[in-house]
Amino acid sequence: MNITKEDLDKVALSEEEYGLIIQGLGREPTEVELGILGSLWSEHCGYKHSKPLLKLLPSKSKRVMVEPGEENAGVVDIGDGLVVVMKMESHNHPSAVEPFQGAATGIGGIVRDIFTMGARPIALMNSLCFGPLSQVHNRYLCNGVVDGIAAYGNCLGIPNVGGEISFSECYSTNPLVNVLCLGIAHEGELVSSSAGGEGNLLMLAGADTGRDGIYGASGLASRTFGGDQELRPTVQVGNPFLEKLLIEACLELARTDWIVGMQDLGAAGLTSSAIESAAKGGCGLDLDVLKVPRREENMTPYEVMLSESQERMLLIVKKGYQDRVKALFDHWEVPSVVIGQVTGDGMAVIREGEEITAEVPVSLLSSPPLYRPRARKPSWLGEVQSFDARSVPDLKPRQCNPTLLQLLSSPNIASKEAVYRQYDHQVMNNSVVLPGSDAAVLRVKGTRKGLALTTDSNGKYCYLDPFVGGVIVVAEAARNLVCSGAEPMAITDCLNFGDPEKKEVYYQLRECVKGIARACRELQLPVISGNVSLYNEARDGAIYPTPVIGMVGLLDDVSTCCTTSFKDEGDLVFLLGEVLSRDEGRDGLGGSEYLEMSHGLVRGRPSIDLALERRVQRCLLEAIRAGLVKSAHDCSHGGLAVTIAESCIAGNIGFRGGISCRLEEQPEGETKATSADVRLDSVLFGERQSRIVISLTRSALVKLSRITRKWRVPLAFLGEVGGQYLVVEGYLDLPLARAKKSWKGGLPRALSGNA
Amino acid sequence: MYLAKVYVILKPTVNDPQGLTIKGALHNLGFSEVSQVRAGKYIEIKIDGDGMDKTRERIGRMCHELLANPVIESYSFDLEKI
Repeated sequence: MNITKEDLDKVALSEEEYGLIIQGLGREPTEVELGILGSLWSEHCGYKHSKPLLKLLPSKSKRVMVEPGEENAGVVDIGDGLVVVMKMESHNHPSAVEPFQGAATGIGGIVRDIFTMGARPIALMNSLCFGPLSQVHNRYLCNGVVDGIAAYGNCLGIPNVGGEISFSECYSTNPLVNVLCLGIAHEGELVSSSAGGEGNLLMLAGADTGRDGIYGASGLASRTFGGDQELRPTVQVGNPFLEKLLIEACLELARTDWIVGMQDLGAAGLTSSAIESAAKGGCGLDLDVLKVPRREENMTPYEVMLSESQERMLLIVKKGYQDRVKALFDHWEVPSVVIGQVTGDGMAVIREGEEITAEVPVSLLSSPPLYRPRARKPSWLGEVQSFDARSVPDLKPRQCNPTLLQLLSSPNIASKEAVYRQYDHQVMNNSVVLPGSDAAVLRVKGTRKGLALTTDSNGKYCYLDPFVGGVIVVAEAARNLVCSGAEPMAITDCLNFGDPEKKEVYYQLRECVKGIARACRELQLPVISGNVSLYNEARDGAIYPTPVIGMVGLLDDVSTCCTTSFKDEGDLVFLLGEVLSRDEGRDGLGGSEYLEMSHGLVRGRPSIDLALERRVQRCLLEAIRAGLVKSAHDCSHGGLAVTIAESCIAGNIGFRGGISCRLEEQPEGETKATSADVRLDSVLFGERQSRIVISLTRSALVKLSRITRKWRVPLAFLGEVGGQYLVVEGYLDLPLARAKKSWKGGLPRALSGNA
Repeated sequence: MYLAKVYVILKPTVNDPQGLTIKGALHNLGFSEVSQVRAGKYIEIKIDGDGMDKTRERIGRMCHELLANPVIESYSFDLEKI
């Protein structure tokens, strides 16, 4: 075979890698072998640029039963003989090409990752980033993605319990679509994905194989693409009703002892699922592409092996049980067929009838070269970080009302109801706290327990300071769970970055991962699964470095869960955690939504004190468990004023208080505001970390202050719940209805192009 | 006045779950001779056109921009004067 640079480009392999292949095989590869190697050595399947970094992430805790990379998803023990299975994955590139089907098949893929392990999927969540909705193409992408998620998820009958959406110019034409699925299983019913036992059979179940998505892993997800026209034939179309049948058939199969393993077909199709199973089991395999049911005629072995047709599963069936497995799948009207067998010689043999088209050692396929690219701190970083708040004028008191309304209606902060109401978030009847709160809460049927789930990202913070941004994303996700009364348990992450072969991008990736690792260690949280999406670049260069954190937490008693809404007239409102500060760079303006919206600046440096963060979270959790807290809302995007407004809107009740721009710390940790010189915009709209707005009845105060003193956490009085106005004396005075209208109307207006 | 009859169908290599479902249902009803079903949509548009050529061009743009999703679907149309 005469290999040209063009052939190698097609499978995203470099000339050096081609050299390694020849060395490993002792000869030139065939076309099929080259395609298989290209896919498995791609970033998407092989993690060749990210693996050394991912090892930095802690992955163990008392609860962790399956660590990242061992199986399709991570597993944590929640007691009562139950385990939770969780994973998040990106479908950015397919969604950029065809938003509806790209997002829909993203849901299909992540759900398969969960039920492959024998767990029933019980919740979906998604984290989405788009370019500004003022551009028609971004509206098309956003509407298409949301429709696709809704269509597929709703057909499956799995609730979509929340997530997040953010907008920034850097995501124009390169949207981020990260989808998370959570499943639950009895401990004994977990299924491995590894193949083993010479003579056991490989069965393919589900949809017929067509020419969908060929080059998906190596083509779309492993390099940058400008003109997307020629990549379009790779679009996959999903069939959620078939997936639903697959779920039921596979879960029934998981309860038998007829199989040794199960593996879904995702990126790089049959190639990656078969080879990964063999690699995990330390065995070989022999499969015949002629036995694979086709949807189209004249498909080559290459196309069959690399097709990314959806809704297919590979089953590793014990010898002699194939007829029983087939009968089980027939019952669910899902086709299944034997396509090959497990061998003991460690070779992957792909044949077309009698003719062998590929014969490669599994060990070569499953050990892609690993790269540690050179990193370089971006030269522009120092400039964007140097931000002097004095260079922008402070707010005048009369500007406070309009600024708050403007922030409330900006798509990044406004209510996401227009999106999540399209998702069925209550099917299965487990949803206790619905979308729109800091975290969703689900009950665990048959127990008193509850699971809290959230996703978090902040590309802007990570752009301004990759390390600190990485720390903050983890801290904020954990804070969201704690606000709902849950103990954070485990993390799944999606690392969305640009081209890692650019030194500046690799620097961002490395620093973000280090930041995530640091926060995980401090907060004692393991990363149990995840995925990496690199080469996210569009017209104007790389996206913001955007690690997305999905986090699950546990409530021992779901009835103690806490929400963000203010509840009753006369309740007292406090700010728990970090208080106003005059320190340079800690005014919370750097990287804030306010600074970008009102002054058009993406500048400054976010900051966080992890030790304080940990104490704030422990303190709040203890207070919620003691039944002292009636509402808790993480103070994040938009700062204190927006947080208070959201708690008012959620509870449909007003607030009256005074936030003075002054501070004075008392030795006990309890703080009351006095003395001048903190900026008004910093007080109302600055985004400092480790802060939570809580409300409680007056009688709970003594007990609460005992807990805050114990944890050395500052507690500042803000005001009282009541009335139908949002009042901060001297600065804000708005009818609640007006704030609500801005907050609810912002996103629908932007989505329809009338912003 | 013109009448355009627009046909939109998934491209040949694109998976067609609707067609597969119809095929399965036909088989269940005993029409076992059916070997393939592809499902698409048919749209009628009445239009005050400015000549055949101009109208053809306008309908083509409608197909490209809205009626079909050119990433996964192909379209064709007949145009007649009424």
